Amino acid sequence: MYIVIVGGGGVGYYLAKALLEEGHEVLIIEQNRTIATTINDELGGICTRGDGCEVTTLVEAGVSRADMFVAVTGEDQHNLVACQLAKTKFKVPRTIARIKNPKNEGLFKKLGIDVTISGTNVILEHITESVPTHPLTHLMDIPDRGLEVVEVRIPASSGSIGKMVKDLSLPGGSMLSLIIRKGQKPVIPLPTTVLMAGDQVIAVTSSETEEALRAALSAK
Amino acid sequence: MKKVVIMGCGRTGSWLANILDAAGHSVTVMDVDAYSFRRLSPDFKGKALVGNGIDQEALKKAGIEEAEVFIAVTQGDNRNIMAAQMAKHIFNVPRVICRIYDPLRQEIYQTLGLETISPTTIFADMLKKRVEG
Repeated sequence: MYIVIVGGGGVGYYLAKALLEEGHEVLIIEQNRTIATTINDELGGICTRGDGCEVTTLVEAGVSRADMFVAVTGEDQHNLVACQLAKTKFKVPRTIARIKNPKNEGLFKKLGIDVTISGTNVILEHITESVPTHPLTHLMDIPDRGLEVVEVRIPASSGSIGKMVKDLSLPGGSMLSLIIRKGQKPVIPLPTTVLMAGDQVIAVTSSETEEALRAALSAK
Repeated sequence: MKKVVIMGCGRTGSWLANILDAAGHSVTVMDVDAYSFRRLSPDFKGKALVGNGIDQEALKKAGIEEAEVFIAVTQGDNRNIMAAQMAKHIFNVPRVICRIYDPLRQEIYQTLGLETISPTTIFADMLKKRVEG
């Protein structure tokens, strides 16, 4: 994937580094000469100097062929405008903005920014999930059994929130194995465990029932 | 008489605040730096408020919810763009006007439905007319 990052500060730098290691094509747009030079020396010529909110810079950066556009400067207004330009002018399919003020999340969403977040790890998660809009991630196959281990993240809109595991209409042949909840130790789900938004559910399923499992856990 | 909130009390913002106030409108002007209020006329009867126009709480304090017109004239194009979109899409201010120096950005946001003005193109056009006239 071709990923353009606006802002070469701490977040942008380490994000680029991680994405390069994963084999992506990465370009950082950074205004500050010293920072740009350092990035180019350390990560190998992947930084262009310029203003990520200037159309000419974005043209030079080839943003129109970018698969993903990530704005991680320290200022919400710059991240907003950079992403809006990428989205409306350059038709980038997926835009991600770092926000400092959580109250801005609603505005950013309303204005068409696909993802808003505040941290390198969260950004990385969104990029590394092969199909970011799909809340089911394939973790591993169990050979010869036709089974697979998957992760389903319970979206905030899911109808499964507040339900007990025993009340979910899970497809036969699939089983919830682990629930990872923010700030808590992973738990083995009991029939009476209640699902919450943001839960990461690790489940075993057959490939035929994968879609039904996803629907049972994440559909509205 | 209109209720107007102006974000940015620089030369343009303060001048505008002064003439709107003199014309009898109800004006609130915001700036992150209280020192910029020195530009307001001693006769200014409106409100001057220290606050960041891209902060929803600050906009509320400035009376954005009752405002009929919101004008963003800080030095930062992106700041103006963000505040203007907040006023328009979150607070549903009936008329929102946004200054954007960068002509390219101005054009894009105009097509996105924002009422925008680029002093850069206006002044350049004026100069061109003088050169040619």
